[in-house]
Amino acid sequence: MKLYCLSGHPTLPCNVLKFKSTTIMLDCGLDMTSTLNFLPLPLVQSPRLSNLPGWSLKDGNAFLDKTELIDLSTVDVILISNYHCMMALPYITEHTGFSGTVYATEPTVQIGRLLMEELVNFIERVPKAQSASLWKNKDIQRLLPSPLKDAVEVSTWRRCYTMQEVNSALSKIQLVGYSQKIELFGAVQVTPLSSGYALGSSNWIIQSHYEKVSYVSGSSLLTTHPQPMDQASLKNSDVLILTGLTQIPTANPDGMVGEFCSNLALTVRNGGNVLVPCYPSGVIYDLLECLYQYIDSAGLSNIPFYFISPVANSSLEFSQIFAEWLCHNKQTKVYLPEPPFPHAELIQTNKLKHYPSLHGDFSSDFRQPCVVFTGHPSLRFGDVVHFMELWGKSSLNTVIFTEPDFSYLEALAPYQPLAMKCIYCPIDTRLNFIQVSKLLKEVQPLHVVCPEQYTQPPPAQSHRMDLMIDCQPPAMSYRRAEVLALPFKRRYEKIEIMPELADALVPMEIKPGISLATVSAVLHTKDNKHVLQPPPRPAQPTGGKKRKRASEDIPDCKVLKPLLSGSIPVEQFVQTLEKHGFSDIKVEDTAKGHIVLLQEAETLIQIEEDSTHIICDNDEMLRVRLRDLVLKFLQKF
Amino acid sequence: MTEGLPVPSPAGLAGISSLTMDPECSQLLPALCAVLADPRQPMADDTCLEKLLDWFKTITEAGSSLLLLQGNPCLVELLCHMLKPQDLSSRVLAFSLRLTGVLAAQEDCFQYLQQGELLPKLFGEAGPLGGAAWTSPTVRSGWIQGLRSLAQHPSALHFLADCGAVDTIFSLQEDSSLFVASAAGQLLVHILGLSMPGPAGGPPSLQAGDWPACAQKIVGHIEESLRATATPQITQALNVLTTTFGHCHDPWTQVLWVRLSPLVAGLLEKDPVPAAHSLVDLLLSVARSPGLSSSSCGLWETLAQTLSHLSPTQAGPLALGILKLQDCPQALRAQAFAVLLQPLACVLKATAQDPGPSGVLDGIVGDSMTADMLLPSKAACVGLLCRTLAHLELLLPLPQRPCPWPQAPLLGAAVTLLQLCGGSARPTSDAGRHLCALLLGCVRVQRAALDFLGTLSEGTGPRELVTQVFAVLLEYLRSPDSSPTVLKKAFQATFRWLLSSPKTPGCWDLDPHALLFLRDLLPVLQKRLCSPCWEVRDSGLEFLTQMTRHWGGQAGFRHALLASEVPKLTEQLLRDPESYVRASAVTAMGQLSSQGLCVPPAGPEHPGGQQKSLLAELLHILSTDSEGFPRRAVMQVFTQWLRDSHADVAGDTEQFVAGVLQVASQDLDWEVRAQGLELALVFLEQTLGQPRSHCPCAVTPAVAAPVGPLAQALQPLCRVRLFEFAFRALFDCDRPVAQKSCDLLLFLRAKTASSGSLQESRSSPHVASVEAALQRWQAGDQAQPLGDLEPEVVLAVLRSLDLEGLQGALAESSDHVEKSPQSLLQDMLATVGVLGGNEADCY
Repeated sequence: MKLYCLSGHPTLPCNVLKFKSTTIMLDCGLDMTSTLNFLPLPLVQSPRLSNLPGWSLKDGNAFLDKTELIDLSTVDVILISNYHCMMALPYITEHTGFSGTVYATEPTVQIGRLLMEELVNFIERVPKAQSASLWKNKDIQRLLPSPLKDAVEVSTWRRCYTMQEVNSALSKIQLVGYSQKIELFGAVQVTPLSSGYALGSSNWIIQSHYEKVSYVSGSSLLTTHPQPMDQASLKNSDVLILTGLTQIPTANPDGMVGEFCSNLALTVRNGGNVLVPCYPSGVIYDLLECLYQYIDSAGLSNIPFYFISPVANSSLEFSQIFAEWLCHNKQTKVYLPEPPFPHAELIQTNKLKHYPSLHGDFSSDFRQPCVVFTGHPSLRFGDVVHFMELWGKSSLNTVIFTEPDFSYLEALAPYQPLAMKCIYCPIDTRLNFIQVSKLLKEVQPLHVVCPEQYTQPPPAQSHRMDLMIDCQPPAMSYRRAEVLALPFKRRYEKIEIMPELADALVPMEIKPGISLATVSAVLHTKDNKHVLQPPPRPAQPTGGKKRKRASEDIPDCKVLKPLLSGSIPVEQFVQTLEKHGFSDIKVEDTAKGHIVLLQEAETLIQIEEDSTHIICDNDEMLRVRLRDLVLKFLQKF
Repeated sequence: MTEGLPVPSPAGLAGISSLTMDPECSQLLPALCAVLADPRQPMADDTCLEKLLDWFKTITEAGSSLLLLQGNPCLVELLCHMLKPQDLSSRVLAFSLRLTGVLAAQEDCFQYLQQGELLPKLFGEAGPLGGAAWTSPTVRSGWIQGLRSLAQHPSALHFLADCGAVDTIFSLQEDSSLFVASAAGQLLVHILGLSMPGPAGGPPSLQAGDWPACAQKIVGHIEESLRATATPQITQALNVLTTTFGHCHDPWTQVLWVRLSPLVAGLLEKDPVPAAHSLVDLLLSVARSPGLSSSSCGLWETLAQTLSHLSPTQAGPLALGILKLQDCPQALRAQAFAVLLQPLACVLKATAQDPGPSGVLDGIVGDSMTADMLLPSKAACVGLLCRTLAHLELLLPLPQRPCPWPQAPLLGAAVTLLQLCGGSARPTSDAGRHLCALLLGCVRVQRAALDFLGTLSEGTGPRELVTQVFAVLLEYLRSPDSSPTVLKKAFQATFRWLLSSPKTPGCWDLDPHALLFLRDLLPVLQKRLCSPCWEVRDSGLEFLTQMTRHWGGQAGFRHALLASEVPKLTEQLLRDPESYVRASAVTAMGQLSSQGLCVPPAGPEHPGGQQKSLLAELLHILSTDSEGFPRRAVMQVFTQWLRDSHADVAGDTEQFVAGVLQVASQDLDWEVRAQGLELALVFLEQTLGQPRSHCPCAVTPAVAAPVGPLAQALQPLCRVRLFEFAFRALFDCDRPVAQKSCDLLLFLRAKTASSGSLQESRSSPHVASVEAALQRWQAGDQAQPLGDLEPEVVLAVLRSLDLEGLQGALAESSDHVEKSPQSLLQDMLATVGVLGGNEADCY
């Protein structure tokens, strides 16, 4: 069993598991941090950005691709754990010869589609007249200014995919529900479990009859909107692959939400605007819910909230229809019937308004001071670019970063100098290390496999011994482009036995509770299922040619020697030998059993767990006598 | 008292018994005893029996028990009834045992009960002791308490010896019920004290043979228990001794200690030391006992030995106790202080910090003693640190606190602990990292350390350390992870440190460092005032009020505050959805306004352009707010404003007072009405020329002290309808309001009587109509207003009212009628009667 690690990013994992005869890709996250090396794509021509000295804006955005560690066309299935971890899907399904199936839950697919749609929309609506790629040449790259000069593997950066590719990729997905068992080629069974992190987010169980691998990716134990995490089903795993823990282990989400609200209210009360760069789904639902409870108490009822995204409408509406994927509280609301999320009420009362882009209706409705939620959190494309340009010059305004995926200082770099206040309130509800250690104590896997980042404290806080996985035995770690042999051997295989063959068995009890029977059969293996079938009967006398062929197939049925079972108690055996006239007997213990020495007869009886040898010097009579004595202690059948 | 009196015959008792018990009760008593003796009529309520017993105690304390018994033969009958084998309720049985004890506390009554063999039957083997009732802890407890009351005289000692009670008490020390076990211990102490000679009993003897048999038996039992291997037995013995030395300081206690101290010291040789907590209690009890001269009995040596044998957790309370002792050798004090400081020294060592220039914490941690003692588990570590901090906090304000006080290292330790809990510490050693992982985010340690840090503000510290203190406080105030309680404590500690920051001579303003800190602090406060958590907004406002009260008049503070958004945000919090926050905002705004720090609400947030003055806003809250707290806060602010002659009030004081009193009189919350009387009193004092508290920033008082005739002086009071308000309050259904009003009117009457130049107009028809209205008010019909009152009428009414009588009636607690013994007996009988009635209904 091997694990090929294609991503070094612990929260955007991409691993391939070879288990039995299947090749399973676990997630395909897209690391977009390389976009921070590019200038923002403004919706409106920005004289400031285009007049920046030095390198002009020519290339499109590019993304990190997978390494050539494994031939991706051999991947049988891809299991997706949440919508953030499927953003690289089109690169894999469309350009590698992949011909397998992708499994994901319905909300994952629908919201993943929204995220991809938004991404494509953001990039495509500001088309480039030309694109440059010569700079990726190593010789030229060396001459580039600092961050680009040091960027690794720029040759693997790719242009953003198109909507067509997205649609084609999504068409390969098969929808699954929690706890649904999916057979892969009869060899293994995969099951998604609720992971509590996002709508439809899942952990996966990959098991055969005798082995169980759990894949835990992006899970949360906090009470937010999704269904709670299913921990019980993760018990008794041989291997637990653990990825997608919180990116900001030192920030407690509750504290951060409080910080978010305080700063928002403070800005708005002073007449400033608040900009929240965010993804169109996920934490935004929880933020809107908190604000729903908070705005009245903070006297912000008259402040408009704008949510601007090409998929804003779909995102808000989708969230309301996935009732079965929501936490219990929200599910019960549906039966009242009420919308599970309170943002419906915010929309109804006109406190929250959503627009596909800042063109059109938005410009006529726009009123300040206000709060704007919009993408993209990298501040490199999307409507957020415009608001940064618009509001950056006033110290009354505030930008509040809630998404932890990008370094906010790097994201802000091209907008400097900036007068607006910047607040960093990363909200990451995924498991922290305390929760992980509780989880591991609870589910007790035999082995834990995780990215190497989790096995040591973060470099910036090397004294924080609590910010690492602490388990016994120590977790196996992987890094990008590594192949890991998972530490367990397969020892058993399940074989079915046909009923008529089972009928013919004559079990003999050799010890209370243990019966044995001999069986002669043909082992039939198909689709990774093994079946014992009765041997073909001796062919009928009639049938000429056929008969002859059939008789050839029949294995030669020799007269079978009886099979022996049991063990030889050495002391009793020695007593028996003495009774039968052997004297001068010496017993030696060996690593595997005992040696009984008959010194007078110059004979040696070697007794081991599964064999007994009588070594005597050409005295067949003696050997047979001794053999019979040995056989007395064993059962025959 | 009854000695020498001929025992009267029951027939002639009526007159005498009324000395101790009123006849109504005597009449009810037989019925009640019958009810108690009847197992079919269960007493539903334990508290009745307790009250009944209390009543009997009062009676026997005031008079003769013997006469009581003889006057009420039903009592003896009840006690005799208890001896019959029957299915009695354990409560009644326990009650009877306790009652017997109370009665037999007097020796003649004891003899009387002895004669009837009642006592041995109730308390001896023949009584409940051997029966099924004994399984009930209530009965066992009643038995012990009965004996405890009974054991007051030498005859009782003989009785106890004869009936073998002491052995039973020994066994009850191990009772499964903690109450019983503890009471048994107390009883042993009591019997020991009773059997030993009193202070005048001559010189104590060391020879056990000279001691009374009963005392010998008890001491022997204690010795045996101290030699035992089982910890519970040792604990019992130690507890008995602790109580003995705590309560009795007769000379014999010293002999007892000399005899037992080798055994106690022997406990220290065991590992681990058994019953360490009880041992510590005992040693401290002995050390505090004035009856013992500590130096002569080797107590200091034992204490020193104990300090070094116990674990840090167990030794902490002992060390604190030693340091609190008045006279104690310096070496022992130093050792105790070192033990107390040990955990903090370990923290400093683990984080590899300099233990401080004074070196007090230096050397406490030897090589053998490392941070390991802190690290076994999170719970142990947190518990030890919290206790240590609490002990030091207790010690700091005491006059006998150790000197020199290691202020700087302690400050360092508190700051380090806070940094460890907050995650900002950067320990380099393994122990430090481990400690960091244990303490991270621990709210208990954070709270204890912040409290301690606040207490340390009473001393000074090196400038770098004080800078660190402010830095760590700011870190806590900023951190989004600080819990509301931690934040509150951080605010409190910050205020205390700001208070203690060095002052420029001749100026009360904050020093430059504190002002720099304030510049960082105000943005944090701003953010906290916008917190979604109401507790945080509330503590932020309280902090602001405190700061404004202290530095509101100082230029530096005013400048920084006015440059921030804080005053504006505070004004917005007057409309907070949480009533506590509104109340705090009212107080804060009142304070800001008093200091001229209010910013008039203006700007785009008030699009209506309607600028309300703060006074109008507060009046609005007073008349409309649905919760009591904001309204009470408004009344307090108004009272303060009136006292300080606040500019908004001084403009037209009469209109202000009239308006406020009118609103307050209709308030449903009695505290608001009571505060209204407070405000009325301030106005009254001002009008009649009482000395007022001087406020530096007040404008010139508008109401000058009156010199003219009384009627003229009373005119303003009549104009603001103060009297109608006060009279209404006089008949308020809430007693404190009525009391306050009564006091106010009495004050006014005294004031006017002294200058009584006014003409009486008692006979005028107006006076009669007011008096009639007041009578209706008293009867509960307060609908009719009094209308405009003339000063003469007011004075006449004041004189005609029986204010002293009313004051006396109000001073009685509201349940004084219901508390009488007669009412108790009636209640008990009625309850049973009602129960019986229900039973009948069922069939």
